[in-house]
Amino acid sequence: MAQRGAAIRQEGKSMSESSMPLPGRLPDAAEQESRADTFGNIVEILHDWVTTVDHKKIGILYILYSLAMLVAGGIEILLIRLQLAGPRLNIIPAEVFNRLFTMHGTTMIFFVAMPIFVGFANYLVPLMLGVRDIAFPRLNAFSFWMTAFGGLLLYYSFLGGDGLQGAGTAPDVGWFAYAPLTERAFSRGHSTDFWALALILSGFGSIGGAINFITTAFCLRCKGMTLFRMPLFVWLMIVSSVLVILAVSPLTAAQAMLLIDRYLGGHFFDTQAGGSATIWMHFFWIFGHPEVYVLIMPAFGIASEVIPVFSRKAIFGYPAMVAASVSIAFVSLSVWAHHMFTIGMSAAGNAFFALSTMIVGIPTGIKIFNWLATLWGGKIRFEVPMLFSLAFLFQFLIAGLTGIMLAVAPFNWQLHNSYFVVAHFHYVIVGAILFMVFAGFYYWYPKVTGRMLDDRLGKLHFWLFVIGFHVTFDVMHIPGILGMPRQIYTYEIDRGWGTLNLIVTIGAFIQAIAIIIFVLNLIVSLFKGKIAGPDPWDAWTLEWTTASPPHDYNFDAEPVVYSARPLWDLKHPDDPD
Amino acid sequence: MLANLVAMLLCGLPLFAGQSQTNIFSPQSAPARSIVAVSYFTLAITGLIFAVVGGLLVYVIIRFRRRDNDDTTEPPQIFGSTQIELSWTIIPVLIVTVIFLTTARVIFDVQDAPKPKSALDVTVVGHQFWWEVRYPGSQVTTANEVHVPVSTPSAPTPTFIKLTSADVVHSFWVPELAGKTDVIPNRINELWIAPEKAGLFEGQCAQFCGAEHALMLLRVYADTPENFATWIRQQQLPAAAPQSDAAAQGRKQFEAQACINCHAVNGTVANGRFGPDLTHLMSRDTLASGAMPNTAENLAKWIDDPDTFKHGSLMPSMHLTKTQIDQITAYLVTLK
Repeated sequence: MAQRGAAIRQEGKSMSESSMPLPGRLPDAAEQESRADTFGNIVEILHDWVTTVDHKKIGILYILYSLAMLVAGGIEILLIRLQLAGPRLNIIPAEVFNRLFTMHGTTMIFFVAMPIFVGFANYLVPLMLGVRDIAFPRLNAFSFWMTAFGGLLLYYSFLGGDGLQGAGTAPDVGWFAYAPLTERAFSRGHSTDFWALALILSGFGSIGGAINFITTAFCLRCKGMTLFRMPLFVWLMIVSSVLVILAVSPLTAAQAMLLIDRYLGGHFFDTQAGGSATIWMHFFWIFGHPEVYVLIMPAFGIASEVIPVFSRKAIFGYPAMVAASVSIAFVSLSVWAHHMFTIGMSAAGNAFFALSTMIVGIPTGIKIFNWLATLWGGKIRFEVPMLFSLAFLFQFLIAGLTGIMLAVAPFNWQLHNSYFVVAHFHYVIVGAILFMVFAGFYYWYPKVTGRMLDDRLGKLHFWLFVIGFHVTFDVMHIPGILGMPRQIYTYEIDRGWGTLNLIVTIGAFIQAIAIIIFVLNLIVSLFKGKIAGPDPWDAWTLEWTTASPPHDYNFDAEPVVYSARPLWDLKHPDDPD
Repeated sequence: MLANLVAMLLCGLPLFAGQSQTNIFSPQSAPARSIVAVSYFTLAITGLIFAVVGGLLVYVIIRFRRRDNDDTTEPPQIFGSTQIELSWTIIPVLIVTVIFLTTARVIFDVQDAPKPKSALDVTVVGHQFWWEVRYPGSQVTTANEVHVPVSTPSAPTPTFIKLTSADVVHSFWVPELAGKTDVIPNRINELWIAPEKAGLFEGQCAQFCGAEHALMLLRVYADTPENFATWIRQQQLPAAAPQSDAAAQGRKQFEAQACINCHAVNGTVANGRFGPDLTHLMSRDTLASGAMPNTAENLAKWIDDPDTFKHGSLMPSMHLTKTQIDQITAYLVTLK
């Protein structure tokens, strides 16, 4: 050990001279910015962004695109919540309501949650691995534009028909679009085509991105960066990317079958001609369940970066974390029919999927315990990224436990398609995934922009969002238990769901205010934020050795690493990992 | 109201039992009862896990926060421990085993329950946006309101419902009686209920099925065996012949307009099957799958323009004159 320490000391010395730049020894962000003036006119800048193949710029494009979509999906949900604030309200007509929830679900899953992590990963994976760019930069640009055009096509559907009421406008079949409701007999006009084509397009984008991350991580690591020295975020992006390839393909196949049914006289799902409605369900959920893990893996990755840094300890059980993630992904491929406990499968079938679903809980539990053990004995700093991560731990715990309830097939016969399920998966997607997205923003914004996000606005955003989240989604479980199905535009007065739904609506608006504050913070801090320097959080992974923002091709020379925490080794030459 | 609200939030579910007709935790029938038992069991275990892990989390966050007088040194770095990893793998394995075995028992108990000879057969066909209800043993067809006998331990008469759909996927859900079962075209699913007491049990379609999914409500009436027998006998009768002049005129209108293409009235030329059977329309409490109470006024408004109550209903407005509507209404209200 001592010998290795000496070697690193020596290496560290030579690195500071030639290869890896040390924190604090770089031209600072202000200097970089003054160079921006020489860039020329706006057209040139735009041209640069549209044609870029630089992983950092593409990452930023993904993130900005997802944020714009988040606003669109958010406006949709606020309209939905207004209509549901009381029984038998007439604010939004039924047809429009159905379009809104279809668009909300499709937008948030495919055009917010997926691309925002692809954006984070685009920016961070090459930096974390100490390389110049991602494996296939042109494929990377292609993937982004496919994803972006998919979303634009989806939203064009609002204009593509004759207004909100018309037959040819936004899709109205729900985000899982059960056949045969999507067949031409029941879905006239082109709304369903917009939906299917948009998802096929963005699916190609997702698969391209996935191929890129897998290749980058396996083939392009800097010297000394073995697989088990990669930051966990990179590991989790690999797992997520493998799942994208395995899960998005069946979805694309199903969309192709649907379009064949609709325009080429196929009968895959056309029950009136002997097709099968359940085949669609299988195809959709073979995609749909792994999709949840596609989204949660990068969130786990961010948690595994943020929690160690802000508790000042190495991640507990690195190999166990990798193993748990891989096994979650593996098991998640065999659980899809837990979305289908009510379709009349045999008792043995139901028992199998109940068991496989519960088994996911084991590696998931291991992950939570490892994060807990990382906190244990640390010195926890309550900076904004850490606040979001700690809230994530609580909320993910609850989401996991309601997941166990839903895995109990008989309990699921009652809860399926009720607001309990809606509350459960929003606990996952908002309470866990979106919280970690916010943590990621506060953690890496200084790296991307060179400036810190405002701390006071950040804390205000956090507390408002936590309050809004819990007012909304804690309460939302109860109408489900009281028998309220999802995707209904109105409900009866005597059911006793009115007050609860009013509270849920209030919570949704509190969350909206918090997000406005967040967006304000992003904009204001870009101009007025504190200068960050290369390593504002005293962190340990390679991205913090570069300037903030990193200049073209990231590193002046290829870095050399000796452990999973290269910066720890540099900062503690007497006690390297 | 605010006090009520706070109480509701603080004390949780038991308080709701009396208020809601659709609470999954107030079972009134055998399958729903087994589900509640396994649900409480699951809630207890998950509640315990939450208390332990959540408690640990709170403890860790408070105990290991950075103090104001911190000396800025790094805490000891610990990279993991195989023994600890193993122990917190084994405990969840044991918990999962217990929950799974309990779950499997209830799945098989409910799904593979033997069907007694005394069981009643009912067929329910889902339509956009209403329920067709058939009693194959007694040649009765009705809509939206399912009548079944109460089932007692001494004289068990459970109802076995065969479910299928005429168009898209629906889901049959009456929370107090049983879990939901999907109603899928080209497929027959089965569900059984055994209501323990007489009364009305409400529910609704639980799978999004199009524009008026929200108003595809469902009512199950559990009757005493005598009342159920009376109800069946009454439903078996052909439609009453119109007694008054207006009603006779109405019947003419009804049979001359497009009404009979979709609706059936047993004993007349009307034999359409696209819409609900109207033979004993006035024996039902609600119209349009529970969208509104079944009164003469509502009926007239419904015939005039179904959109007023149920915008996406597939029944078109026939653009009838006020006189025609009044006559048809006068006829329909005789269909008791």
